[in-house]
Amino acid sequence: MTQSDIDTTTPKYLRNKYALVGVGETTYRRGSQESTRNLATWAINNALEDAGLEAPDIDGMLSYSGNDSTMSPFVAGDLGIRLNFYMDVHGGGSSSEALIGIAMGVIEAGMCKTVAIFRSMNGYTQVRIGGTGVRAAAPIIGDQVHMRAYGWQSAGQLFAPTFLRHMYDYGTTSEQVARVKVAHSKHASNNPKAYYKTRYTVEDVINSRIICAPLHLLDCCVETDNATCLIVTRAERAKDLKQPLVQIRSVVGRCCKPRIDMHYQHGPISTVAGYYAKDILWPNAGVGPEEIDLTGSYDAFTFTTMLQLEDYGFCKKGEGGQYVSSGIIELGGGRPNNTSGGHLCEGYTHGMNMVIENVRQLRGNVDDSCPIGPDGKRQHTYDYSEGGCRQVKDAELSANLGWAMPGTGSAMVLQRG
Amino acid sequence: MLQGEYLGMRLTIEDVDKENLAFFHYCAQGDFRLQRGKRSGLLRYPPTTACPWTRDREYEWVSVEGKGAVHSYVEVHHAIQPAFRAHVPYMILLVDLDTQKGEPSEHEALRVAGNLLTADGEFAPPEVIKKVGIGTRVCMIFKKVSDGFALPHWTIDEEAEQPANPWRYPQE
Repeated sequence: MTQSDIDTTTPKYLRNKYALVGVGETTYRRGSQESTRNLATWAINNALEDAGLEAPDIDGMLSYSGNDSTMSPFVAGDLGIRLNFYMDVHGGGSSSEALIGIAMGVIEAGMCKTVAIFRSMNGYTQVRIGGTGVRAAAPIIGDQVHMRAYGWQSAGQLFAPTFLRHMYDYGTTSEQVARVKVAHSKHASNNPKAYYKTRYTVEDVINSRIICAPLHLLDCCVETDNATCLIVTRAERAKDLKQPLVQIRSVVGRCCKPRIDMHYQHGPISTVAGYYAKDILWPNAGVGPEEIDLTGSYDAFTFTTMLQLEDYGFCKKGEGGQYVSSGIIELGGGRPNNTSGGHLCEGYTHGMNMVIENVRQLRGNVDDSCPIGPDGKRQHTYDYSEGGCRQVKDAELSANLGWAMPGTGSAMVLQRG
Repeated sequence: MLQGEYLGMRLTIEDVDKENLAFFHYCAQGDFRLQRGKRSGLLRYPPTTACPWTRDREYEWVSVEGKGAVHSYVEVHHAIQPAFRAHVPYMILLVDLDTQKGEPSEHEALRVAGNLLTADGEFAPPEVIKKVGIGTRVCMIFKKVSDGFALPHWTIDEEAEQPANPWRYPQE
């Protein structure tokens, strides 16, 4: 390390000192016909191309999985990347933002300079995320008996009592949260990468079959095969790279409610981890929800988007149903959510694609079907009709709200440089 | 070690898992016991290794009345586990025990999970499920897994005064 690499101007909470300089993904498919190792190298290559970086520029790697993926050493070796730091952690949703925070920390500690974060999964053809397939009949041991022996296993089954109680406490309705699917499917119809590009109505959602009441089929996210990658480095370094600067204003990682092992013991059960995370996210960012231009609130289900927007303070407690059904979360509305179509429509990545999308939005260069001009940039029309534009006009600040379960969440505020 | 087949599922509690071993063993005797922290005097569920309020590792097993009201639920129509496919729709209840409700703070309770069964231990049929919602009074029954191993479940408390209209998800 040279003297010029030593930075003595550390800002509070590292605000805007780090940046997301590269994003990349594979296709979103069912039936990838590829190993998770191959998918990972594909996504990382795309992120390197996006950033204008080469293999020797990466010296840190992070990934997360639920024993359904490949590990950093294999992927780094395949790509000819010599690592000064790596770590592969257990986890699903809420890991993207948490690992970005870890990447900032290890770079700040001088352990490495630039970190690639990946999540690679055959979530449909190998280990199904909904708990079907090989996981459905796995032996039930120890603490799992208190849940799985009751047929309480999948994410939908485990999270549903939270939403049901929110309906009881606040009068929230299925029709209101169906508007989340309506919004995200509208966005996906303008995203050539999305697995599902069909626009849906409230009636479509309500009339789809009940999976576990109060959840209908179309309240649930898609299962897909894909890998995704984010590259984190210091903003100072990012200025020499290919893309417009997108800085990290603040990050929260796996913030929990009390009694995370059995969070229903500690109510109100219709309150989620965002209630606690918001008190880290907003003060550290130095902005509040009212200043955010677009959100990426995790849509494992329609209602998870609603609960998080509410508990992070985008509306008053109990008014999440009104918020998501007001039109504000749609492209053309005041604060669109998951403009790629998210987990409900684009593909399931355990949170990564929502971060990728917000990075592209803040660059002002989201990959929709708008024509590419002579300068190589897309000529965004801001016409959000089907098959058209999905760029948010003048997007400066975004918030990602990651979800692992009602009791655990992560979050991040990004800012255009 | 406790082991047994339940609805065709293999359930195992290993010897080192002393807390769960004791819990399910008491259930097999028809005795619902929870750990009570020596320092806090508070009960906790499910079994854990320390008191969440005082981090005290010492406790005693105390018999608790298996009565309460439904706090929330999920009604499964599409089973994920093969063992449950023959039993849809089935209900998973989260029940606020009367004991220690609202302690040590307003929104805390011993919220005990289980399926809605009939009094003789069968999965409740759809016409019974339709009567149950938030607020329904239930009492505990046990389902044998194997010798010395049983699971706590719930059934409608026929002796209790029931709310006129327990809150149910409105779309039937």
